[in-house]
Amino acid sequence: MSLADKYPQEVKKIMAKYPPEQKRSAVMPLLYLAQRDEGFVTKAALEDIAQMLDITSTNVAEIVGFYTLYHDQKAGKYRMQVCTDLPCALRGADKFLQELCGNLGVKVGETTPDGMITVEAVMCLAGCDKAPMFQVQSGEGIAYHENMTMDKTMELVAALRKSGQEVK
Amino acid sequence: MAYLLLRHRDIPDIGKLDVYQKKGGFEAFKKAVTSLKPQEVTDMVKASGLRGRGGAGFPTGVKWSFIPNNIWPHYVVANADESEPGTFKDREIMECNPFQFLEGVAIAAYAVGANAAYIYLRGEFWTVAAILDKKIAELEKAGLLGDKLFGSEYSLRIYTHLGAGAYICGEETALLESIEGKRGQPRIRPPFPAVYGLYGKPTVVNNVETLANIPLIVENGADWYKSLGTADSAGVKIFSLSGHVNQPGNYELPFGTTYRELIYKYGGGVTGDRPVKAIMSAGASSAMIVADDKALDTPMDYASVRTLGADLGSASVIVINDSVDLDWVINKTIHFFKHESCGKCTPCREGTYWMLHLIERIERGEDVKANTELLHNVARQIQNKCLCPLGEFSTMAVTTAIERFPADFEPSRLGGSHG
Repeated sequence: MSLADKYPQEVKKIMAKYPPEQKRSAVMPLLYLAQRDEGFVTKAALEDIAQMLDITSTNVAEIVGFYTLYHDQKAGKYRMQVCTDLPCALRGADKFLQELCGNLGVKVGETTPDGMITVEAVMCLAGCDKAPMFQVQSGEGIAYHENMTMDKTMELVAALRKSGQEVK
Repeated sequence: MAYLLLRHRDIPDIGKLDVYQKKGGFEAFKKAVTSLKPQEVTDMVKASGLRGRGGAGFPTGVKWSFIPNNIWPHYVVANADESEPGTFKDREIMECNPFQFLEGVAIAAYAVGANAAYIYLRGEFWTVAAILDKKIAELEKAGLLGDKLFGSEYSLRIYTHLGAGAYICGEETALLESIEGKRGQPRIRPPFPAVYGLYGKPTVVNNVETLANIPLIVENGADWYKSLGTADSAGVKIFSLSGHVNQPGNYELPFGTTYRELIYKYGGGVTGDRPVKAIMSAGASSAMIVADDKALDTPMDYASVRTLGADLGSASVIVINDSVDLDWVINKTIHFFKHESCGKCTPCREGTYWMLHLIERIERGEDVKANTELLHNVARQIQNKCLCPLGEFSTMAVTTAIERFPADFEPSRLGGSHG
């Protein structure tokens, strides 16, 4: 099913943002829409978006490849993306990430066996004063979690697992 | 003094349209549209001395005056890509005082004759974009955005556009490429965006904090604005304080406040009560300042920070105490820039790659002296050769850390067999 069939309202809203002769501009918001269900962009979605915008599927794929928030591979339902850049690292972000990995039994970049959580180390998220901090990316969008302790983080993990199972 | 940009700290409900309007909100935009010519608004901003708050510090009114009147349409783009490690001020403005920012966008658009403005937010600001979308809809409903505003012929629409995780899109031509649906890679300049910008049309790109100043200037006049701050740095500035301080956060202060005041008076002192070892004055792209008494007592304005061999930039102050070594610090910054290099130009793409390899060798204690010299050499060779500032940025901390903190690169400290 094409994006336009599945999400007609959203597609219409997105296309209305840009001049009609510049519809290629819609590629980024359409890719977010394409990620909504599976958390990553399928080959079929690439073709679909390309057709909608009169560009090649390579034009779309290069966008997926260039920007870090688009994914072409399935991962956990929730990607916990921990900032370990300098300001966060000065406030213990590296240690926080290690502990989180230890508690979840995964290495950075890996997914928990239940398919719910992928842990990633990411670049600065503009939350430097509230480290340790991370964002959770899912098909639905992105949410920040700041001034985190490990206890609060593991509570969040439990809540994510619960809501993830329900959706399943 | 009352807050001018972070006004939500005085008026918690300023994010509500009725409250913002009760406090005079959108009077400046109305005044501009109904009683000032676009050129008069630009002249006012020029006279105010406002300089771009995104880092480059270019005079805002001058930037607006470059827009030619023989090519149409014109665009205004707000740069809300805020991705420099240590910078988190624009996010607070947009989350907590969104209407002042949006009014700034609107006035800028009127001044340069744009009927459409885009706000380019980094993809991670997903919830911020949702807030702004809601606020924009409220403004349209209230007749403050849309067609024939205040009974004039002027119409304006504002749209948000989410990026998707790429620091380089903070560079204005990469940002424009990104809105056009392409990879965010900088364009060769000239032509500059003022002539060839979004969709090849004249475009003004301004930072969020810069735009948040505009309603104040139109409301209170250029002289009032100039009277705040110092001779070469008019107005107020938000300093983003992070790293080894007890109270990190955003501090809206007059230009000319010293580092010592920022760190000790406002920031609550240094983590662990240790001495400050180094200051990065403009985020990860900053030169490394030796935090001696002279540096600590230096006023934070464009000219004074330059005397320390650094830049005020976006005023993102990262404090580093004596518990860490600078080889570790530059490993972090190099890693960042290597990851964020867009790959378009060779000195940056290859240079950041090699700098990362070299700092890792140094950290492993391999030929520390030779590899430190080589790292310094590679960094110097990247400088002045890149298509955009990113490559240059990647080297600032590296060269200055090695030059100003030689003890941290001593082979005896880093160990290794070939020291």
